[in-house]
Amino acid sequence: MPKITFIEFDGTAHEVDVPAGGSVMEAAVSNNVPGIDADCGGACACATCHVFVNEAWMDKVGERGDMEQSMLDFAENVRTTSRLSCQIVLTDELDGLVVDMPEAQH
Amino acid sequence: MSQAAAIDQQRVTDTHDADAWRDPWSLPLESLDPARAILFKENVHEEYFRRLRQEDPVHYTADSEFGAYWSITKYNDIVAVDSNHKVFSSHKNIVVGDAPDEFYSPMFIAQDPPIHDVQRRAAQPAVAPTQLADLEALIRQRVCTILDDLPVGEEFNWVDRVSIELTTQMLATLFDFPFEDRHLLPYWSDVATATPSTGRSDVTFEERNKVLQECLNYFAQLWHQRKNEPRKFDFISLLAHDPETKDMLDNPMEFLGNLILLIVGGNDTTRNSISGGVIQLNRAPEQWEKLKANPELVPNMVSEIIRYQTPLAHMRRTALEDIEFQGKQIKKGDRVVMWYISGNRDEEVIEEADKFKIDRENARRHVSFGFGIHRCMGNRVAEMQLRILWEEILNRFDAVEVVGEPERVLSNFVLGYTHLPVILHAK
Repeated sequence: MPKITFIEFDGTAHEVDVPAGGSVMEAAVSNNVPGIDADCGGACACATCHVFVNEAWMDKVGERGDMEQSMLDFAENVRTTSRLSCQIVLTDELDGLVVDMPEAQH
Repeated sequence: MSQAAAIDQQRVTDTHDADAWRDPWSLPLESLDPARAILFKENVHEEYFRRLRQEDPVHYTADSEFGAYWSITKYNDIVAVDSNHKVFSSHKNIVVGDAPDEFYSPMFIAQDPPIHDVQRRAAQPAVAPTQLADLEALIRQRVCTILDDLPVGEEFNWVDRVSIELTTQMLATLFDFPFEDRHLLPYWSDVATATPSTGRSDVTFEERNKVLQECLNYFAQLWHQRKNEPRKFDFISLLAHDPETKDMLDNPMEFLGNLILLIVGGNDTTRNSISGGVIQLNRAPEQWEKLKANPELVPNMVSEIIRYQTPLAHMRRTALEDIEFQGKQIKKGDRVVMWYISGNRDEEVIEEADKFKIDRENARRHVSFGFGIHRCMGNRVAEMQLRILWEEILNRFDAVEVVGEPERVLSNFVLGYTHLPVILHAK
């Protein structure tokens, strides 16, 4: 099972083990990690599951999709490492993934 | 049959037909026209949408006062349409009725990319979550002042004294609008939305235009003033200084359109969620008791209030191409109405959707803010105002008792109240 570390804006880290196949957003929500709202439930339609992917993992998580890019255009404090976590599908390759969370979700 | 008896018989038939619209289950399915404003004023719309969700979730009304239109009534279908902006365009009209061309004022909610994107990005910093954190203390102070001025033990209209007053003060702050003139904002907002295109015919397009010209003139002065001052985080200053929008005043109708958008967006919506929360907690007294015992439920309740109220009943799109959707053939140019009020009652996604539950799981999962690139920009402002208001109500009052039937707005767009008589009980 892939392990993911979510780091809150204040530095608090949450380590969770989740089965491959789901999304990073689902991993946070099902483990009660605070800071991910996911209002649309994973439809890439609200931008409330914004995360910053740790630089070392950027190649492995892949590129933003078209709709994801459109939604990130209206999120706050977007960086080159910004992704919507509902659009990152967990594979065994992502075991050890680290993501940081923004100060707030718009 | 005598002539008099025939007339009586006719009268009975007329009365029956005249009331038939109150019960959608008695009407032929294909004739259902859920966009009639009277349905919302009389609070009979819910059964229309219940029937449509069950029997014809993507429904075509061939003939209505607004022309033909599709109704999208289920939660997941609404998400699908709302997030497919390449096929379902917002250009020109986002309510079921079309505004006449001579009164067309462009605004970014009724635009597609790229115009939508650059204008929204210019205005958005005023309501960004981190910006709002700085405003919280000010909002709390104002909420306290409003609540402390209310009479206890004596009937008054909650809509005027609280719902309108609080949202007006918030809007004045977001525009950095002269505080003493702030009551112009809800006036302009009401005139802007009271049009025949949402089923309200009490204001003609001509009257509306005259009032909105005054609004335009007032804001043009503010624009000139802000343009010559350093950039700050109010809507007018942000638009006047953004490279993409700094010449907006050269197209006065576009400036006006965006002003209306920002005023209405911050006014009619939260106003009616503030009133709606009072009504819901009165209809479900056990929820009020639960809230008093568990004040930490306020943020969750705020989402539930916004779901339950659904202050904007619908948004409309226009199909840019022929598309098959849930087995129906939508044609290029068709009006497609997403009924948010119906999506928020969809039992397949929201358990016991007709119930108001302040501790509902996944309360944030509602369609009131819309989805996709047009999702409500001020959602966090709305949530913050409601949260602070209910925190301070709990600090002061034992009950906000509704003492008469609320009067509802005549509109298929704004779901709200003009009058809500209440009596406050001291703690």
